Amino acid sequence: MNPFLHSLFPNIDWVEIAQACLDTLVMLGGSLLFTVATGLPLGVSLFLTARGQLHAKPRLYGVMSLLVNVLRSVPFIILMILLIPLTKALTGVSIGIRGAIVPLVIGAAPFFARLVETALREVDRGVIEASQAMGATTWQIVRRVLLPEARAGLIASATVTAVALVGYTAMGGIVGAGGLGALAYQYGYNGYKPDYMLVTVTLLIVLVQILQMLGDHLVQRYSRR
Amino acid sequence: MIRFAAVTKSYRVNGADVSALHPVDLEIAPGEVFGIIGHSGAGKSTLLRLINLLERPSSGQVFVSGKDVTHAEGAELRGLRRRIGMIFQHFNLLSSRTVAQNVAFPLELHGHADTAGRVRELLALVGLSEHADKYPAQLSGGQKQRVGIARALASKPEILLCDEATSALDPQTTASVLELLADINEKLGLTIVLITHEMDVIRRVCDRVAVLDAGRVVESGSVADVFLHPQHPTTRRFVAEAEHEEGRGPDYSGVTGRLFRLSFRGDTTYAPLLSQVVRDTGVEYNLLAGRIERIKSMPYGQLTLAMRGDNLEAALEQLRSAGVDIEDIAR
Ligand SMILES: Nc1ncnc2c1ncn2[C@@H]1O[C@H](COP(=O)(O)OP(=O)(O)OP(=O)(O)O)[C@@H](O)[C@H]1O
Ligand SMILES: [Mg+2]
Repeated sequence: MNPFLHSLFPNIDWVEIAQACLDTLVMLGGSLLFTVATGLPLGVSLFLTARGQLHAKPRLYGVMSLLVNVLRSVPFIILMILLIPLTKALTGVSIGIRGAIVPLVIGAAPFFARLVETALREVDRGVIEASQAMGATTWQIVRRVLLPEARAGLIASATVTAVALVGYTAMGGIVGAGGLGALAYQYGYNGYKPDYMLVTVTLLIVLVQILQMLGDHLVQRYSRR
Repeated sequence: MIRFAAVTKSYRVNGADVSALHPVDLEIAPGEVFGIIGHSGAGKSTLLRLINLLERPSSGQVFVSGKDVTHAEGAELRGLRRRIGMIFQHFNLLSSRTVAQNVAFPLELHGHADTAGRVRELLALVGLSEHADKYPAQLSGGQKQRVGIARALASKPEILLCDEATSALDPQTTASVLELLADINEKLGLTIVLITHEMDVIRRVCDRVAVLDAGRVVESGSVADVFLHPQHPTTRRFVAEAEHEEGRGPDYSGVTGRLFRLSFRGDTTYAPLLSQVVRDTGVEYNLLAGRIERIKSMPYGQLTLAMRGDNLEAALEQLRSAGVDIEDIAR
């Protein structure tokens, strides 16, 4: 190991840090994938069933909206503990990298769904109406009008969600999910090794920065207004 | 082609029914350009949107091509809408698609083959071939409306609905878009229903017109009849606006003789009728106001005269028999 780095951070095992980075990225990637996969359809359903929209179903909307609100109002750390039985049933493990993905998705998908609903509401009503007037089915309107027209907004929503997920994965570390958060908690907080705290937090900041920059870049690229 | 039979429409606003259309009966013939004019809130958009069922009537029936479509649903409704193109005041183009992709959109919806060829054809028709790969945000209002027109024509509709299609455009662009519509009507023979709050738009392109006032058709007929002899006060106001005679009429109190408004239509507009009649009967006249314009392609003239002389009745009779329409104006 580089003697300079060693003198600066005497306690740090860089292999462990690398492993933690990888774990965080796996948790983030996996949970983001499933969050988008579940949150997008949920967000579209919220949008379509809201009052005055294409498939207005106020009752159904009310139920979905309540579910989303409930899940969003439970603090993530509590949600994680509450979900241990479900996680175990789904993945066979109660915690760890794989186990963390279940509560991460359940915590983030409702949040993402709400952002999706908001992004879709930004789509010009006139454009939707024009599509209806051309004889488009609802599915065609979703696929070919709503999602492409809201693309920039959806990417921004995914970015915000990804950043929130970075925070969630770090929190997950406290209850044994692994990754950078776990290291910060284990050594930095419990073990009182401040250099661990510094390095892990710095890496988390860098990760968030990269995500935000990537997101902004994509939003810019897909803005056509 | 399109028939409204005792159609009404009311909206529920804060628990109360607000009537947007009182029973409306109207028939639009195949191949004509039919204008609907009215003030804001008169119910024009509502009436237009009943044709492709973006709105459902509260009662009455809507017929398209002889078929009662009032309750069309599902595939039948989508099939109907494919046969009816529509353009909008604010264009309503997909901002995430290029011009060519916008025009291809309705073709994609209906699984059309050879989209590219058809798109090229349509862009040539509306004069936008060089702009195929631009995005709507890069176009002017007039160009956007041309894209809207190309898109509306893509699935070869029989009817084109225009909801204030020129209201967001400047006068010159308005003229060119109207010209394009007239051209399309002639070339493709499709029926156009157009709504506007400008009599000038009606005068330039429409064959027939209905005047809508507070949800009722208060006057309808050929544009020439309605334009030259408006009956209802609302119609008179629209015509006056088109003639830039806003406010109170001119003051002729100091003029001697009887006042008449002479309307010439078609070829009589350019014939030396008046001088002929003056020579034959010896009446005298004072020209107070006059102009020559066109209704669609038909020229017309309107003169306001003060006339006096012994043979006045004979002079009027001679003018009438030559096809001039004479209105006695009381002052
Ligand atoms: N969705 C709606 N809900 C409630 N009232 C409506 C709705 N749409 C239209 N109205 C009412 O119906 C009447 C007619 O509206 P419409 O849009 O047809 O008028 P318009 O002649 O097209 O006016 P404009 O020139 O402003 O477009 C108005 O009084 C309007 O407030
Ligand atoms: Mg309107």
